[in-house]
Amino acid sequence: MSDAKTERLSVNGIAVDMVSRGEGRPLLFLHADRGVEPEAPWLDRLARGHRVFAPTHPGFGHSDLPGWFSSMDDLALFYLDLADLLDLKNAVLVGVSFGGWLAAEIAVRSTARLSGLVLADALGIKVGGRETRDIVDFHGVPQLELDALAWHDPAKAQRDYANMPEHDLIGLARNREAFALFGWRPYMHRPQLRHWLHRIRVPTLVLWGESDRIVRPDYGRAYAGLIPGARFKTIAKAGHYPHLEQPDAFARAIHSFADRSCGESR
Amino acid sequence: MKVWYFSEMPYPDVWHGDPETLRVSLANDRFDPAVGEALYRRYLDEYALCDELGINIMVNEHHSTATCLVPACNLMLSIMARETKRVRLLALGCPIANRPDPIRVAEELAMIDVISGGRLDMGFVRGAPYEIHPANISAVRQLDRFWEAHDLIMKAMTHRGGPFNWEGDHFHYRAVNIWPRPIQQPAPPVWITATTPASGRAIAERRYTVATLLSGMIARDLFNAYRARAHEQGWTPGIDRFAYLAVVGVGQTAEEGYRIADQVADYIRTSPIVAEPYRNPPGYQPVAFNAAALKAGAVSGRVGRRLATFDGRSIDQLGASIEDLVAAGTAFAGTPDMVFQQIKRFHEHVGGLGHLLMMGQGGHLSHADTVANLTLFSREVLPRLAELGPVEMAAAN
Repeated sequence: MSDAKTERLSVNGIAVDMVSRGEGRPLLFLHADRGVEPEAPWLDRLARGHRVFAPTHPGFGHSDLPGWFSSMDDLALFYLDLADLLDLKNAVLVGVSFGGWLAAEIAVRSTARLSGLVLADALGIKVGGRETRDIVDFHGVPQLELDALAWHDPAKAQRDYANMPEHDLIGLARNREAFALFGWRPYMHRPQLRHWLHRIRVPTLVLWGESDRIVRPDYGRAYAGLIPGARFKTIAKAGHYPHLEQPDAFARAIHSFADRSCGESR
Repeated sequence: MKVWYFSEMPYPDVWHGDPETLRVSLANDRFDPAVGEALYRRYLDEYALCDELGINIMVNEHHSTATCLVPACNLMLSIMARETKRVRLLALGCPIANRPDPIRVAEELAMIDVISGGRLDMGFVRGAPYEIHPANISAVRQLDRFWEAHDLIMKAMTHRGGPFNWEGDHFHYRAVNIWPRPIQQPAPPVWITATTPASGRAIAERRYTVATLLSGMIARDLFNAYRARAHEQGWTPGIDRFAYLAVVGVGQTAEEGYRIADQVADYIRTSPIVAEPYRNPPGYQPVAFNAAALKAGAVSGRVGRRLATFDGRSIDQLGASIEDLVAAGTAFAGTPDMVFQQIKRFHEHVGGLGHLLMMGQGGHLSHADTVANLTLFSREVLPRLAELGPVEMAAAN
């Protein structure tokens, strides 16, 4: 934990929080709707062998949200700017859930600074017919039911809000609002995205919690099938947030993917 | 004081037992079109009676719900524009942030104004949180969208000289030029609903009528905020800028009036019955409110707001007795004189009320009871309301 660092990073005047930790090949981690949660073990595990950068997306947590930001286009271009600012080279881009959608949106625009891509339980594409819901409505089912769909072990979903500092509660409330701002309609996907996934020409791993019932493993397989050469791998005893439920297996899968597929780190 | 009759035009047959939700997710199998036809006929008859009695008419709209059979208040008003001859017609209101096309709203309202011979009042509302899912418009930045829709509708209604262009944050048009345009010049009167002092100030800046619905004691702070903002801007609002909606039940005896009001108040008790996910969509409430709600713990049961009473108690609207609702100023009930005295007390409490929005039908209240309620009110209460003029508010501001 000693090398962990939280900083305020300004990208063309948009200030965001960013945690960085570890040494090695750069790894840009894009968080899910829940936020970064750097205190959870996933960051420590992932940072063994990587220089992990985990920014908080604009509008989430305590990161700025320009009034004109309104789409995944804005977030994707913001992150291409952020990658320029950090001068990332041969980086592995990792995104979970909403962050996975965002990672795909970034990668179809440019992989110039990437050596690999990991999409974990990613949202973002439409697979089924118009009356089939590929992605569970986060905002349309009761919280307990949502937890049961999202977690292998729903008990792990609980957070102690009563004893949480005000600052963190505000961050969570902003997460919820920003998640809706970017994903409300079309719901948590962009219809065109699947047709551009062929542009991703870096090694790609599609990683999926075996128990994810928000977006099921078959959705992940379809995602992988649309990205040239992508591999699909499941994580046992994990739901929609595998980095939280199985941090060791999550980190192991990514390290092994990066070591075998992403070439030299420099 | 002007009076406007209001019914949500409910479909109350499904309220028996302990329904988990009456909104959004209550399957429409439960709606029997034959029952619906009879309900529409009787509700329209009651509006026709208002026209005879000289009581103005207010309608609203809700979606995917058994609490209200009006999915478009402009549709109801178009029927009434022709069916009524005398009274004014108020939409309260058009959920303009949820409507995809504000120009269509402007066209519809202008047509109603023309057909009714200039009897339209245009209310614009943000709409309740459970309207977000049926509309599938995000609640995030919904107020920005509301005000942009408002600006566009008002420009469309008042603009002359050919098409204009609109390229805003939420709406885009290249040739706005509505036909027909309204009779009332420059546009029909505008009303906006509010609950918070901040909204009261925003409405004061536009000099519109502010309306607040069943909100009891908080009306005073809202109206005070409006008056304070008006004074800052150098004008004094008349009481016609202030409107309040309450349950009203009038009977020949106190018991009869209370019985009627109690049935109408079933609206208050059933309105909040809505499945958990639809109660507080993201962006509807401010971030600070949601942070506090997280800390307080998730509410899994029904949510009803708490209401303060004149004597300083706090009551739960869901289980409230009609006596408590009268004590909270959300219902006026009893004999004509009791009802008059209760309205007078509220009028004085809020610093002057120009419009009483009379919820005179609700829940299972029958057609016969509704007719009796309206008729007795028009005969015994309505004439006395002319006495209620401006109020000196020594304690205000």
